[in-house]
Amino acid sequence: MDKHAGADQALLSVEDLAVYFPIGGGVFSGRPQMLRAVDGVSLSIKPGESLGLVGESGCGKSTLALSILGLVDATTGRVVLDGKTVGGDTDRRDVARTVQMVFQDPYASLNPRQTVRRTLADPLRLHGVSNAGEVADRVAEMLRQVGLRPDQADLYPHEFSGGQRQRIGIARALILKPKLVICDEPVSALDVSIRAQIINLLLELQAEMGLSYLMISHDLGVVEHMSDRVAVMYLGRIVETGGWREIFEQPRHPYTRALIAAIPDPLTRGLAREKARGEIPSPLNPPPGCTFNPRCPHAIDHCRAAAPMLSAIDDGHLVSCWRADEFATPISA
Amino acid sequence: MSGANMPLLSVEDLHISLTTDAGRFPAVDGVSFTIARGETVGLVGESGCGKSITALSIMGLLRDPLGLAGGKIKLSGQEIQNLPASQLRALRGKRIAMIFQEPMTALNPLKAVGTQIAEMFVLHQGASWREAESKAVDALTQVKVPAPAQRAKDFPHQLSGGMRQRVMIAIALACEPDLLIADEPTTALDVTVQSEIVDLMKELCAARGTAILMISHDLGLVTDTCKRVCVMYAGRIVEQQDSERIFNSPQHPYTQGLVASLPRLGMRARHGRRRLTEIAGVVPGITAYPVGCRFHPRCTRRTEICETVVPELTALAEGSLVRCHHHG
Repeated sequence: MDKHAGADQALLSVEDLAVYFPIGGGVFSGRPQMLRAVDGVSLSIKPGESLGLVGESGCGKSTLALSILGLVDATTGRVVLDGKTVGGDTDRRDVARTVQMVFQDPYASLNPRQTVRRTLADPLRLHGVSNAGEVADRVAEMLRQVGLRPDQADLYPHEFSGGQRQRIGIARALILKPKLVICDEPVSALDVSIRAQIINLLLELQAEMGLSYLMISHDLGVVEHMSDRVAVMYLGRIVETGGWREIFEQPRHPYTRALIAAIPDPLTRGLAREKARGEIPSPLNPPPGCTFNPRCPHAIDHCRAAAPMLSAIDDGHLVSCWRADEFATPISA
Repeated sequence: MSGANMPLLSVEDLHISLTTDAGRFPAVDGVSFTIARGETVGLVGESGCGKSITALSIMGLLRDPLGLAGGKIKLSGQEIQNLPASQLRALRGKRIAMIFQEPMTALNPLKAVGTQIAEMFVLHQGASWREAESKAVDALTQVKVPAPAQRAKDFPHQLSGGMRQRVMIAIALACEPDLLIADEPTTALDVTVQSEIVDLMKELCAARGTAILMISHDLGLVTDTCKRVCVMYAGRIVEQQDSERIFNSPQHPYTQGLVASLPRLGMRARHGRRRLTEIAGVVPGITAYPVGCRFHPRCTRRTEICETVVPELTALAEGSLVRCHHHG
């Protein structure tokens, strides 16, 4: 297996990815506007590693997830998964065997007219497991691994609680033994008292199966708990990335600091002056200079004039802010 | 009680029932709490625990299959649970106002937002439309909507989620109500916007002396906003505490479980990655509430008594209340 020669070999590498969508345009309305959903993103995930992806609605995190799954084509740049470029004429089934997704809403993401057995067995058959006995064994084993009983396989989704449905969603994602799982807000639709069960399960499965996670969430507590490294996105770009400790203890980007300050928790009470103002601008019409400048409590004239580049401030800690050097003090969260 | 000591709102032994083909079920079962003038109180619980319908009953907005099955709701000492519709309408908006989770569905999509705010002044204060519309622009200024005169002419779909929620707050506070009920007011918003909206709501209510009843599933949000918190589980209040104390000394096993199960920022740096404490089992449905203490099937401290006897609310030091046979 020479493509896994080094342990440092990335399982996923996203290289300067941009995804633009044309908006409007047509026979009478002239040239379409370009919505830059993802605008020059690079990141990588090693085998067994968890990368937390943080950002608010419209920041491009879902588009990024879709392009990793090969469901949206890159405008420029590329996604390399396990040594192969995703998209173009790559076989979709190759991608599906390597990366799978766990969705936010376990009510909307399961087919209500399929039994759990069918939901789990169909992907196996599609991927060439034709022996009925083997299919049944793998379904039963998968159900056990996610904490359900094999005899529940013939029930329909409505016969399960929300937490159990999310377990089925996880089983569906893992049945093909992928290497990377994209978890898109995996607990935010669940009752608060159920969330810990699912978070613990995801961490156990990761250890057992050696999975890599791309953990998309707006809940920084969940991201800190589950991630090895973290990337913070704002308006289609990564504005800060680093190890979980650097990001949460010594955040350098004002947006990361604003996200932490916005958590309603007694712990963040002293951070009021780090809060962001106003609302996220439309990605159709991003502000000039640093795109965060209209909301930034620390913006100066230079921020309005020129866009900063993502640059290393420490080993593995990258920030795109003109004033990052000034935010070297740890946040007192 | 009279005069200065009388609470603004007092909910006494409230029962709400859900009627289905299978029978009547106690969706809210003996809920009591009070809110003083200008006080901020939170009602926290998971979906289906009865927190939202408690709020709707205060507004007189319960509809079939939900119905009031007992108890009293008093506003400044006056019972309002049986008021005729016309008197309730006069109360709503004027003395008690409410904002909802999804401002897009709470606003009228066919009317400019300025008109929707102006309506409040016309209906409740007898203002002329002209006068009311200029007051509406003032109201938008107070909720910090930029370019308020232009925004007043906008329709809800032209505004962002955060701006729509500001409009809702402007409508709710237009007639300077005594009580604002906020039902998950920021759940549909992004985190940085949520924080701005909550700050705005707190600031405006504090300036006007408006009391807040905030309803949410987010314990952090409620303790951050409110002075006092009532925790609801399966139709009953199981614990009432000062916000300052609930994270550090929760008394009910359910609250303790919730606090311990949340991955809070900073925990991993201090204690390393620990396995989160799980609350076993699932939230029971309204039609199948357990006998005795409704938390007992999920509780680590249950004994025989929990399976048969409903625990009373016990008063602890500093005005805390807890409903558990084995609290502490």
